[in-house]
Amino acid sequence: MTYKNPPTTPRKSATFDDYTLSEIRRAAATGIYDIRGAGAKRKLPHFDDLLFLGASISRYPLEGYRERCDTSVVLGSRYAKKPIELKIPITVAGMSFGSLSGPAKEALGRGATLSGTSTTTGDGGMTEEERGHSKQLVYQYLPSRYGMNPRDLRRADAIEVVVGQGAKPGGGGMLLGQKISDRVAEMRTLPKGIDQRSASRHPDWTGPDDLEIKILELREITDWEKPIYVKVGGARPYYDTALAVKAGADVVVVDGMQGGTAATQEVFIENVGQPTLACIRPAVQALQDLGMHRKVQLIVSGGIRNGADVAKALALGVDAVSIGTAALVALGDNDPRWEAEYNALGTTAGAYDDWHEGRDPAGITTQDPELMKRVDPIAAGRRLANYLKVITLEAQTIARACGKNSLHNLEPEDLVALTIEAAAMAGVPLAGTNWIPGKNGF
Amino acid sequence: MPATKLSKAAQDQASRVFDLDVSSLRELNQALHNLTPGSNETAWEVLHPKGSHSVAVGVDQPVSIDVRGSVGYYCAGMNDGAAITVHGSAGPGVGENMMSGSIVIKGDASQYAGATGKGGLLVIEGNASSRCGISMKGIDIVVHGNIGHMSAFMAQSGNLVVLGDAGDALGDSIYEARLFVRGKVESLGADCIAKEMRPEHIELLQGLLDRAGVTGVKPSEFKRYGSARTLYNFNIDNADAY
Repeated sequence: MTYKNPPTTPRKSATFDDYTLSEIRRAAATGIYDIRGAGAKRKLPHFDDLLFLGASISRYPLEGYRERCDTSVVLGSRYAKKPIELKIPITVAGMSFGSLSGPAKEALGRGATLSGTSTTTGDGGMTEEERGHSKQLVYQYLPSRYGMNPRDLRRADAIEVVVGQGAKPGGGGMLLGQKISDRVAEMRTLPKGIDQRSASRHPDWTGPDDLEIKILELREITDWEKPIYVKVGGARPYYDTALAVKAGADVVVVDGMQGGTAATQEVFIENVGQPTLACIRPAVQALQDLGMHRKVQLIVSGGIRNGADVAKALALGVDAVSIGTAALVALGDNDPRWEAEYNALGTTAGAYDDWHEGRDPAGITTQDPELMKRVDPIAAGRRLANYLKVITLEAQTIARACGKNSLHNLEPEDLVALTIEAAAMAGVPLAGTNWIPGKNGF
Repeated sequence: MPATKLSKAAQDQASRVFDLDVSSLRELNQALHNLTPGSNETAWEVLHPKGSHSVAVGVDQPVSIDVRGSVGYYCAGMNDGAAITVHGSAGPGVGENMMSGSIVIKGDASQYAGATGKGGLLVIEGNASSRCGISMKGIDIVVHGNIGHMSAFMAQSGNLVVLGDAGDALGDSIYEARLFVRGKVESLGADCIAKEMRPEHIELLQGLLDRAGVTGVKPSEFKRYGSARTLYNFNIDNADAY
């Protein structure tokens, strides 16, 4: 009698999972690393790992829908003659024309204006679509300086010196040739159809001392009217915030690892930078150590999705948040109505991230005239406004439950963490304890 | 040339002269920004700059400005139409992102001269340091002396003329800008090659030399450099070039 070994269940490696295997095969076949848009897709410690402590006896709540909970914020009160006054502490992050279509930029402007907040240009200059439809527009001053000119500087309501981006701190960009329409090529002073590299560093300054002089120049050109933001990728938030303050920033923008991008190497997106949650406490601490908290405003971005995220960020000490990916989704990006077309591109609604290829079925991250027609700027703008109002209401609801008559009165004391990691990163106690890991130092 | 210190009252009387020993940089730039088309105040003089940063930045009217002395960073930044002469040397970033008009530096210029310039003419009668014309986007730059390393890095369009020598990695990752060098080039950067001087280039270069006030020099003494265009679209087989 022969003994037959029982079969074992096939087991796949946790290290070499299906996605990793597919990436190895793709790299071997194509000879190029994967470039994509969107932000980090891996699971990271995030705002979901924090909870609010609503009021009971020890705290006194406000009446939902009845008692006022202020949402307004002033940005740029340090030096600028004309600070930005927003109705809500949620701004729209910089996304370039070229990466986005003209109708999409117009829709962002319409939606933000309806909501009383600002939009931001991107790597590619200022377009009439967004200037014309954005009541308050932040003009990004980027390493590439595509389309940069003093006339648009003066037409802007604020200037954002972009040093880094959360999805790729230290990295430049690449807009592939197929997205370079005549208009994009003209704005960027580059031949049509070639890949357009965006530099990783500014060409005419090299460090914080130079940045201070650069900011002086921008203030002089604009007669000290415009707030100057400095945007950094969330890598060394304590030191970068402190140095931005030293250089004279009115506002510091810290973009965490969950921030989006138009086109960057997958390996970069997933492996460089720190989660947004981990960036806030060091940035706030830097401002507090310098005695500049609330004097230099702090904006945090990267993976903001709902009113709870907004409220948690504000409770940790930021003055406003910024949204990018969520705004695109509100406009209609990755909408299941285009599922068949996403399938034809080898993906599915919710996972489409080849924004650099110019074939976006939703007509948002493309320069294809036919696809662009799918974006109705008025309707899409309305959707963005609805979304912004909803997440503002959500944040207000939470703030009232915590007894706050302003979103800016939320504080770390209102939060606990579900995990030790989140408790350490956010600097709030682990739920059910008074333990804050690492409280005595970073 | 030595500049005479002017009292505030004297400046008020002759409002086109700004003495930075007496008036602030802010007052100077604001006065320049207050100019409107058709203004009679077409000739300006700035005394005692003493290395100040951001002198005469963001000027957008066709006036002439003579700066009597050396300046710090970003002098004439984003100039749009003015004819600005620095009777001294210039610090980093002179004429950065210039749109139109002209800038003449009688002495030397530090790093990043004419960075990202979109138009106009920048003349440096002395030497320029590293990264001259970095990321230039349509500006014309004429340097009477030498230029440092990494000049015209990622230069997109416009013309860079160098009567002297160029440092290492000239024109690295260049796009469509044209580079003309009369002297020695230490080395060329990625994708930058020597190119034939055709009649249209001789004509273009002669025009640039004339506009820059260069005499006694023939275009035939220069070599032309530009993009080999091999890196315009990413290809893994070119990875060694990066």
